Amino acid sequence: MNLEKVIFGFFIVLAATLNFGFFVGDIDNPEHHHVFELFAAIVVNLIATVLKFGDRTQIGAIHLATSLVADLQLLAAGVTWAVAVHVTGEGLTPIVTSSVVSLAGGALLANLVSVTLLVVETALMRR
Amino acid sequence: MGNIFFLILRRMRAPLILLILIYAIAILGLTLIPGVDAEGRPAPPLSIFHAFYFISYTATTIGFGEIPQAFSNGQRLWVIVCIYMSVVGWSYSILTLLALVQDSGFQQALSTARFIWRVRRMGESFLLICGCGETGSTVIRALDRQGRRFVVLESSRQRVEELDLEDFKTDTPALHADARLPENLLLAGLRHPRCQGVLALTNSDEANLAIAIAVRLLNPSIPVLARAEQQVTVDNLASFGTNHIINPFERFADYLALAVHAPACYQLVERLTGTPGQRLPSPLPIPPRGRWIICGYGRFGRAVAQRFAAEGLDYSIIDPKDIGEPGHLQIIGTGTEAAPLKAAGLEQAAGIVVGTENDVNNLSIAMTAKAIHPELFVVMRQNQIANSVLFEAFKAQINMVPSRIVAMECLALLNTPLLDDFLRAARQAGEVWAQALNQRLAQRFADRIPETWNVRINAQEARAVYLELMHGGRIVLADLSRRPDQREAEAQLLPLLLRRQETLMLLPEPDTPIEPGDWLLFAGSSEARRDLRLALFSEKVLRYLCTGKTHTGGWLWRRLTEPETSQT
Repeated sequence: MNLEKVIFGFFIVLAATLNFGFFVGDIDNPEHHHVFELFAAIVVNLIATVLKFGDRTQIGAIHLATSLVADLQLLAAGVTWAVAVHVTGEGLTPIVTSSVVSLAGGALLANLVSVTLLVVETALMRR
Repeated sequence: MGNIFFLILRRMRAPLILLILIYAIAILGLTLIPGVDAEGRPAPPLSIFHAFYFISYTATTIGFGEIPQAFSNGQRLWVIVCIYMSVVGWSYSILTLLALVQDSGFQQALSTARFIWRVRRMGESFLLICGCGETGSTVIRALDRQGRRFVVLESSRQRVEELDLEDFKTDTPALHADARLPENLLLAGLRHPRCQGVLALTNSDEANLAIAIAVRLLNPSIPVLARAEQQVTVDNLASFGTNHIINPFERFADYLALAVHAPACYQLVERLTGTPGQRLPSPLPIPPRGRWIICGYGRFGRAVAQRFAAEGLDYSIIDPKDIGEPGHLQIIGTGTEAAPLKAAGLEQAAGIVVGTENDVNNLSIAMTAKAIHPELFVVMRQNQIANSVLFEAFKAQINMVPSRIVAMECLALLNTPLLDDFLRAARQAGEVWAQALNQRLAQRFADRIPETWNVRINAQEARAVYLELMHGGRIVLADLSRRPDQREAEAQLLPLLLRRQETLMLLPEPDTPIEPGDWLLFAGSSEARRDLRLALFSEKVLRYLCTGKTHTGGWLWRRLTEPETSQT
């Protein structure tokens, strides 16, 4: 058992689960998608990204790349939310909600790849 | 560069995670604590967007005065916590980054990355120089004066730093690295398409050997010049085809033997290999025949003794170790006192060779000997260039500096490869021939040492001549030996050698026609060298030198004035 490995796995899986939690529900219903969940997903995703810094192996590079994609998508979702609610003032209309949620959906896909990589990496380890 | 980026990322992991957590906690707190509106009634807490905005300017201590609205006391309490947390987070990050920048490992990684980048971008042909001690520095300075590019590998950090401060005309990448490791040689551009050759000039024979082997295996197409002081290393280097091996002691002993054996040849060598522009000492000190004393029987003493024995000179040896060479008187001692010198027969000796590895001892021996026997011919070995002032003050007849010999030899091989051929042929041609040439050179250049240079008749090095020959023109050597401002006057130069494929023509006659692909070796003044360059590259100057006709104007004017040439 290695604490570093536990923390690494924890954050990657947590990033995916939080992302999933925000994503599930009707795509255009703002009641199903709380902004705090998006916030938590962004924070945990950023931490997961930083944890992946500095690994120069091939699998490490793909890990970092998927995380960067997820960050990008989630931040885009966050900016879309902030613009709709605070800048234009149109609020969480079904159109805005569905675009925020679909951006988060893209991030979820990247996070799933990340989790898959983690599982594959673990399965390949012969110890 | 990628390396360094990853190094920074890896070291910045902890502070970045701490910062993200601090921001998240601070923002979360602000979005939970209820606020207050202008009338003092409770208001909903800040939204995530506003909280992020507020924390962004507070945490970075920008302290923008703008708050969306006045805070409630609960919010203020939390903001106090946020401020201290974020200051700690940022300080930690910045300190980590600063520590990383000052880290010596990081600095080394950074300078290596810059070095690799600079070597990779080398747009001109360059030489790879391994070892930049006394020898290397001399070579580098001379190469720099000629505007040639080079890359330096040096194992002493201090020397590399000194190189960075030195005022070079060209951009010189230098790396503090062990040149014995092949990967460092590869970093320094061993396989770079523009790498023209490798100079192994470190003061360790073992390192030079390692470099030469690595070059032979990794890039066999480029030449290696290696310095070697032990006979074992010389043989070893020669066994796998190192192009040039320079052993300063053997080389000097050869010169000394030549001076004893063939003074005119020796004078010729001195005249052509010295520093251009300087005066040749007159009369040139020629070691006398007679009884010699060799003080210090190391690599140097042994090399000299071998030549003396071959020459039939009688010599006695002074050395602290008993070498037991039969047939020669040996005194055990250092020679710094009068007694061993007298015992070795100093009073009857014609000359002394002082060749220990210690400069102070060498000076002491030479001064003691000179005091006993003032007419003694003194040959001295100077180990450190730093002691030059002392050796100049002593004024030995011949002063031998190993690092200078290696440097001069390297430069001669790099700049005028034909000179080596010429001097070898001259030694075979004999004393009478050499004496005649000496007189010719003395008539032309007085006691100044002329420049020597190579010219190859091809499109790059002599465009005008090459084109003229290709169009069926005929140019003889005398045409090139005229002055471009006044055709009747002879230029201050002398063609020494013409190499056509494998045949060598010593002192070619003025009416020798030049052919494309010829190699020529000239000796001459620097003005003559410039003038010759003009003739080699300018059609007009060449035409004037060959025919005496001057051309003004360009292509159209030539067509109008010389219709017959335009038709051919």
